[in-house]
Amino acid sequence: MLLPRFEYRPATSLAQATTLLAERADARLLAGGTDLLVDLRERRQAPGLLVDVSGLPELGGIAVRDGSLWIGGGVTVAELGRAPLVAERAPALHQAARDFADYLTRNRATVGGNLANGSPGADLVVPLLALDTSVVLAGPAGERRVALDDFLEGPRRTALRRGELVRAVVIPQGGGVQSWYKLGLKRGGAIAVVSVATCLRVGTDGRATGAAIALGAVGPRPFRAREAEATLLGTSLDAGRVALAASRAAQAARPISDVRGSAEYRRAMVEALVTRGLGAAR
Amino acid sequence: MRTIDLRLNGRRERVAVEPHETLLLVLRQRLAATEVKSGCERGDCGACAVILDGRAINSCLTLALQADGKAIQTVRGLGSPEAPHPLQVAFIEAGAAQCGICIPGMLVTLHAFLQERPNPTREEVREAIGGNLCRCTGYQQIIEAIELAARRLRAVNRP
Repeated sequence: MLLPRFEYRPATSLAQATTLLAERADARLLAGGTDLLVDLRERRQAPGLLVDVSGLPELGGIAVRDGSLWIGGGVTVAELGRAPLVAERAPALHQAARDFADYLTRNRATVGGNLANGSPGADLVVPLLALDTSVVLAGPAGERRVALDDFLEGPRRTALRRGELVRAVVIPQGGGVQSWYKLGLKRGGAIAVVSVATCLRVGTDGRATGAAIALGAVGPRPFRAREAEATLLGTSLDAGRVALAASRAAQAARPISDVRGSAEYRRAMVEALVTRGLGAAR
Repeated sequence: MRTIDLRLNGRRERVAVEPHETLLLVLRQRLAATEVKSGCERGDCGACAVILDGRAINSCLTLALQADGKAIQTVRGLGSPEAPHPLQVAFIEAGAAQCGICIPGMLVTLHAFLQERPNPTREEVREAIGGNLCRCTGYQQIIEAIELAARRLRAVNRP
């Protein structure tokens, strides 16, 4: 089956790519293509121009900069899953990269694409959200930085404006014990039914000084269960507190019923998986 | 039309392509590489997998223009009936192929995977073919074949 016709420009620099994207309202960014080309084939999008940023050096790289972990938007999910720096500093993200889609897809799909696609169940977004990540957006007028929580505006909607692309994600050094769990209908190539990432920081007195619970596929966009987090802060994270936090996380979920599971099932799984994630971190 | 240069199984090729043509289409229809199979054409089945600059990818979700200047390996570049690759020998011995449509993609995926990970666990083997659907075998013989091939390749590559 043929794709619809479009023009194609390989980007030679970040500045050229953002200028092209800004000039043409019908331009779309092509990176790994694992979402975009499927959309084109199924006629869900009909761009006049594809600007190919795959392999652009300015979008590559995984490094520690000013104490934070910087991951280029063009980094592939496979690269993320192989990076010792990611395993060491962001184990929840590292595990999500290894659980992501399947081996062939991971070799093409990119970090920036997973964010820009705006899926309510985006696998990388959930752990990134738990790690207080910010997103560096590059546009024709320069760069700006937004919190990932503000970047996610709704289903398939992000803070990306015309001409902008995801330059990088930046994960602050926070430490903490992290967990990631993705519930799918199968192991390979699965779309999340529910996904949960947690990050807990515990002081020398055994009390929680930081708590993050991020949920995927149970709302219009991945989100933080803030009320559930608040029930943990300052506590010694005993079983009763964890159960209360898990129950509040389940209440915060706004799942829909679809082919992958009912809303009721999803909510029950949020409670179970948050309990498991926090338990693993205790 | 734009002309791209690529290396297909070590041979230089020059071919004119349209921007909207996928690598899968150009391989099959312009370069007669019909060993690359067309399946779901949406990145779910792995039948169209090829190795692009060392990494196994779905050629249905890659534009032909994106392969300009790159090296592509298909199952035909892996071995021949006269000189089969150890993976191919193991697939035959283990009875890992039935209808065969998934096998070219399966073999190149595994070839790239075993180069990255010569000594995989069974769980890693199962995970590596997560994007290659086989509707005949139930995967058991395929997994046995991979483990057999990995053992033999390690013995050959041992210094």
